Amino acid sequence: MNALIGGVVRVNFNLSEEQQMIMEMVREYADGVLKPKAREVDERGEMPWDNIRQMAEMDLMGIPIPESYGGAGLDFTTWAMVGEEVSRACTTTGAVFGADMLCLYPIYFFGTEEQKKKYLVPLAKGEVVGAFGLTEPNAGSDAGNVKTKAEDAGDHYILNGSKVFITNAGDAQVYVVIANMDVNKGARGLTAFIVEKGMPGFEIGKNEKKMAYNSLPNRELIFTDCKVPKENLLGKEKRGFRVAMETLGVGRIGMGIGAVGLAQAAFDEALAYSKVRVQFGKPISTFELVQAMLADMATEIEAARLLVLRAAFMKDQGVPYEKEAAMAKLFASEVAMRTTTKAVQIHGGYGYTKEYTVERLMREAKLFEIVEGTSEIQRLVIANHLLR
Amino acid sequence: MNIIVCIKQVPDTTDVKINPETNTLIRDGVKSIVNPFDANALEAALQLKEAAGAKVTAVTMGPPQAMDILREAVAMGADDAVLVSDRAFAGADTLATAYTLAMAIRKIGDYDLIIGGKQAIDGDTAQVGPGIAEQLGIPQITYARRMEMDDDMLLVERMLEDGYEVMKTALPALVTVVKQINEPRYPSLRGLLAAKKKEIPVWNAMDIGADEKRIGLTGSPTKVVRIFTPQRNTRAVMLEGEPEKTVETLAEVITKLSV
Repeated sequence: MNALIGGVVRVNFNLSEEQQMIMEMVREYADGVLKPKAREVDERGEMPWDNIRQMAEMDLMGIPIPESYGGAGLDFTTWAMVGEEVSRACTTTGAVFGADMLCLYPIYFFGTEEQKKKYLVPLAKGEVVGAFGLTEPNAGSDAGNVKTKAEDAGDHYILNGSKVFITNAGDAQVYVVIANMDVNKGARGLTAFIVEKGMPGFEIGKNEKKMAYNSLPNRELIFTDCKVPKENLLGKEKRGFRVAMETLGVGRIGMGIGAVGLAQAAFDEALAYSKVRVQFGKPISTFELVQAMLADMATEIEAARLLVLRAAFMKDQGVPYEKEAAMAKLFASEVAMRTTTKAVQIHGGYGYTKEYTVERLMREAKLFEIVEGTSEIQRLVIANHLLR
Repeated sequence: MNIIVCIKQVPDTTDVKINPETNTLIRDGVKSIVNPFDANALEAALQLKEAAGAKVTAVTMGPPQAMDILREAVAMGADDAVLVSDRAFAGADTLATAYTLAMAIRKIGDYDLIIGGKQAIDGDTAQVGPGIAEQLGIPQITYARRMEMDDDMLLVERMLEDGYEVMKTALPALVTVVKQINEPRYPSLRGLLAAKKKEIPVWNAMDIGADEKRIGLTGSPTKVVRIFTPQRNTRAVMLEGEPEKTVETLAEVITKLSV
């Protein structure tokens, strides 16, 4: 059923006065601080802590978390709108911002009062950054195939195994880790734990060298007889699949809006360039084939943005949003890929050089079609809903 | 400690143009901002507050829409704000403005330190800060590039063209700051939300007990006759050719101009 019919969700496109003020401030910050150093951030090869610390001071790291747990007490729609601006101005910082929520949210949603006080408060205040560890060498799209083992050892759990490609890993202080308490049962054995950097038996592996996102940490997590205290069980034993799925729901909104921000950045570059690049004695923006590209890019970005914000809005309303979030993530990722490809095309030969930002954006866009559920998995999720 | 920060709403001069026919500023569609040096003044106050504890009150004289910059000041961390606004203040020069603000500051009362920017980017006079200190009869230090409390005295580095002076003053005092003093912070989300709800009083001429002969146009001995963009008479000459030859010609030209 269409969620917009029958009064399930009434969409209001007006920003609240609060949101307007926040967005004005965030836009100014994004353009004034994040954007001018985005290239340098990408080249430095390490986590942009300067940006993250500043965003923490501005209360931007815990937007949808209640004030009583150190957050700003706002909603996921506002979080997503801020995420777009951050990603538009600095894709790397946007990715850290998005991945961080994959740790905050499950602790907020499933955590005990003690866990929230101990871990959520510093995370929401942005004093520390978090990470979410699900993916393994042989458990990507097949999330149920997690082989990192968790054993009950009386007063603690013992974790053994490893995770790969974990965003923020190494720089993060707090990790929500999905392990398996019954490998034979697959997804039904999955259990979530809160693991702290520095716990005995928990090591951080190598940083991946990637096609793009040179400064975004993506490292291995290695557990060798890692002792995790009993009180660090997140949710219930063997109910970790639900933790993972809840978290990925927020992740789809985060990835979707990150893709929208990235696409918007590429479009802005292409539009500006088309007005100054002269061929045949005229700016190329006067040529209809270029105009058609610009029109398509702008239309698709707008559609992607609305899909993502609707998913966020539905989450805020407390209605099921899995299908809508999957649609939003799928569409926005593919829009980012198409938009950046066209942005390079509009730049012509110059767009293929490192002098211009669009080549980096095009490489970065590919990430979105892969992480947190490939485009193929998103299509399966959507189809499952349609065929129910 | 009580700190009062004087701020002014100014047009963002990066997009201000002058109408060549009327010689007035074209303000339509130009964004209003907190005078950048005043933002430095506020940041300096907030840093003193963080270091030693203080109550920071932002004050501005201006039309009703100047309320925006007071909310911005609260969002950045000011505890209180006052808008001094009255049609009778219109047309005030620096003397009348300094008098008006001094009267408002007297009404706030119990202040230890007053901080302002070195000047506003629209008028560029740099007179209002010192004028307030004179009206209140307190010491003033202009062009501060650093300041900190030293027991109950204020230690200030004052920027000069070729160096700096270190000065120490008893409080209450007035300090104006240069942009080198700090990097103003962005407001926080919590600050923004608090600022929206904040009750900010508006004081008129009567509220501050101002003498009507000393405010607005009546109280202003100076008048702006005309604002204009000076004509530029640039005569550029390109010297082309071999370096040896062009250097010779350049030397001749410079000698002739007796630079």
